[in-house]
Amino acid sequence: MQPAARADKAAMATTAAEAGLADTFPKLLIHNAAALRGRPAIRHKDLGIWHTWNWDQVLEEVRAFSAGLSTLGLQRGEKVAVIGANRPRLYWTMCAVQALGGIPVPIYADSVADEMAYVLEHAEISIAVVEDQEQVDKILSVSEREPRLSYVIYDEQRGLRDYDHTRLKSFADVQDIGRKLFAEDSAASANWQASVDQGKGADLAVILYTSGTTGRPKGVMLSFDNLIVSVHNGNLFDNLGANEEVIAYLPLAWVGDHVFSYGQSYVAGYCVNCPEAGETVVEDRREVGTTYAFAPPRVYENLLTLTMVRMEDASKLKRRMFNFFIEHARRWGEKILDREPVPFHARFVYWLGDALVYAPLKNRYGLSRIRVGYTAGEAIGPEIFRFYRSLGINLKQLYGQTEASVYITAQPDGEIYADTVGKPNIGVDIKIADSGEVLFKSPGVFVGYFKDPERTAETKTADGWVRTGDAGFIDDKTGHLKIIDRAKDVGKLSDGTLFAPKYLENKLKFYPNIKEAVAVGDKQGFVTAMLNIDLVAVGSWAERNNIVYGTYQELAGHRQVYDMLAEHVAEVNRSLAGEKAMAGAQIRRFLILPKELDADDGELTRTMKVRRSLISDRYASLITALYDGSKEAAISTEMTFEDGRKGSISARVAVRDMPVVGAVNPMGQAA
Amino acid sequence: MNAHNPAIVAKGDTLLSIENVSLAFGGVKALSDISFDIRKGEIRAIIGPNGAGKTSMLNVINGFYHPQQGRILFQGRTRAKMRPHEAAAGGIARTFQNVALFRGMSALDNIMAGRTLAMHSNFFWQLLRYGPAMQEEVVHRRRVEEIIDFLEIAAIRKTPVGRLPYGLQKRVELGRALAMEPQLLLLDEPMAGMNLEEKEDMSRFIIDVNHQFGTTIALIEHDMGVVMDLSDRVVVLDYGRKIADGTPTEIMANQKVIDAYLGVAH
Repeated sequence: MQPAARADKAAMATTAAEAGLADTFPKLLIHNAAALRGRPAIRHKDLGIWHTWNWDQVLEEVRAFSAGLSTLGLQRGEKVAVIGANRPRLYWTMCAVQALGGIPVPIYADSVADEMAYVLEHAEISIAVVEDQEQVDKILSVSEREPRLSYVIYDEQRGLRDYDHTRLKSFADVQDIGRKLFAEDSAASANWQASVDQGKGADLAVILYTSGTTGRPKGVMLSFDNLIVSVHNGNLFDNLGANEEVIAYLPLAWVGDHVFSYGQSYVAGYCVNCPEAGETVVEDRREVGTTYAFAPPRVYENLLTLTMVRMEDASKLKRRMFNFFIEHARRWGEKILDREPVPFHARFVYWLGDALVYAPLKNRYGLSRIRVGYTAGEAIGPEIFRFYRSLGINLKQLYGQTEASVYITAQPDGEIYADTVGKPNIGVDIKIADSGEVLFKSPGVFVGYFKDPERTAETKTADGWVRTGDAGFIDDKTGHLKIIDRAKDVGKLSDGTLFAPKYLENKLKFYPNIKEAVAVGDKQGFVTAMLNIDLVAVGSWAERNNIVYGTYQELAGHRQVYDMLAEHVAEVNRSLAGEKAMAGAQIRRFLILPKELDADDGELTRTMKVRRSLISDRYASLITALYDGSKEAAISTEMTFEDGRKGSISARVAVRDMPVVGAVNPMGQAA
Repeated sequence: MNAHNPAIVAKGDTLLSIENVSLAFGGVKALSDISFDIRKGEIRAIIGPNGAGKTSMLNVINGFYHPQQGRILFQGRTRAKMRPHEAAAGGIARTFQNVALFRGMSALDNIMAGRTLAMHSNFFWQLLRYGPAMQEEVVHRRRVEEIIDFLEIAAIRKTPVGRLPYGLQKRVELGRALAMEPQLLLLDEPMAGMNLEEKEDMSRFIIDVNHQFGTTIALIEHDMGVVMDLSDRVVVLDYGRKIADGTPTEIMANQKVIDAYLGVAH
């Protein structure tokens, strides 16, 4: 087949066979062992040294473990739990199980014994392969509740020597059983091959339990076709080949890791690096020099914070150099990355900055060789996003779900925006429902939730679309998808305009001066907002501008603080005006709350999410003022101090009107 | 880490015995007529109020002080007057009340220093980092890496210890002592100045060292909860005298011990 035709063909393919690929992971492994003989498949840093296994060596390890498992009695269709950190043996387990027609079920390693028991029970686990004593202890503590569980196999021996080994085996022992079988039984090799051949693309490849913010976790069933076609399309999208290096450090049970560190690697043939420990990832990444990376925003945030903290300790000269070149990169870096025309002078200074600051910095992050970096999971702050891009790191955004085998949309190279999640991936169709919910259709659409047809039917429509549960819209200018909020949180204004509180709040919270924001507007005539100032940022601003204040409340009520925040709100309104779907949701009025929203007062959850219903009850008088046109309102509420004592706070809070940008229907009766 | 000599003293037999030891500095009697023993494989705590002579006792055991009277039997042999480095070569390692690490060196190098006594290659080979010296380095580095893995300090392997928080410095110090693969490990207040979480971590490592490597441990500690949880047997000193010796439960019920800690009306 011609290469050009291959991409088109791939876009059409819904099964691995149609895409011209081996249709299960064990078959891919056998293919790679021959085609990529002698090339690295996986590395693991142990006792300070990187150990490498080539594709042919991985096949030998997987075969031995697989045969060992069959001797222990693993049957086709049985489920095997995989629990632990990112280690080669746990990835091999998945392939070894699949070779026998079994189904690996990775479980979050940090779940407590009870949560684990639920999944072990629900997934009908017969064998568990785990990393170490910690996991063994957890499983043994619930094992009497799991009559199906026949064996627990561990990777790390430490602390387990004196345990009762009747149902406990070490990974190496099981491999020995397998190797002995191959040595003694001449038919064993053919039997194993036959078992691999029996696997088909439509078979179940894996069950991934989604952590689920409400209710019990759901087991998402994905077939080989789902995964292989999706990751193949993902590889084509970003042009990923056998030369990539990735570092595997995200939870095994998360679909992202399963796809990036297992699926894509098997299909593209690239090398996966397992770090020494969770805390050494930054250093390990630096040693490896990854070319393809995937991380939730907090990883990038942490790296940036670490840099800023370190720079505080640096010498004055270094600090000035850092600040100068970072400022320069902020102005020109993204333009250079996107190949826009840039004056020679700026290009030269950027080149100098690269030699002195950017390259050493990227080296520290382990991103010197990065070609494609993704952030996903939640919204990333535009400042952070631009910082990395300005250094020349090709950071992009991706939107995906377990139910889609990850890929729904991603940003193509050269079309990067801080506030979109990109275009549909190869082979993916998306549409927006009337409610604003995003629906998709793709070869990666999951088979169903394990033992839960009811919820499967709720999520999958009759004609093959899948509800994401997220609300979004297609941006006119870029043609990219923008995700605004969870669909259930999205409301409507009284004139039918879409109102996505979190979308507005995120836009507001990206300003350092605004710590927390609550947007109000569901079933109202227009949108209003209640803001919390960030005491550190606004406090230091006040100090620089000689503004005297005694308390948080006084600072929050200061006229000049209102002026400053009004500018931020005006900017948000301007950016909303540029988006057709959101233009009607501009903020008409806002106020600054006299106290910080606090988890101790129940206004935020422990993970710092706003509790809307409680806030609208407690601050009802302020919300009334926001909508009845008054310039000021009184509020009296309870607050809990750090030491647990309760006090009350009462204040008069000013309400500020905001002009609306662009042509919007004249609904603001109070404005 | 399995290079102990298990044949010499079996688990449960006496590893070290102190017989009628007295130590005085001029007119000050630090220890008077003290006898107790430490059995192979146990965790033995030495406790007592401030100034009771605990650290002096440890210093006597590892050869830093020489008692005027009494004798010390280690592995069944009467110990001649010896220097601390001879005690170390004989299989006694220790950590200090105040962290005593090479602050400018990395955690790895500090622990590597614990293996000095086990290195035999010629100084000139070492200088060249070649031949036997290199082979030896590889062997010892592996041992050290096992300890790093055991103590879960891989992330700080190359960090100068001066930059580490106190709890981690203590862990590095324990690592250096372990690197000697000692018969007897002396810990002088391993948990002083630690917060609860650090104490829990350290307790776990002490228990693990004892279980996994079978190392006999003698420790001085002020935190009674820790002592009672960790140790197999406890000896109590007060004003340089032994006032009690027994299991934690026996010690807790001992009137003399209660008096020594809470004070008594004279």
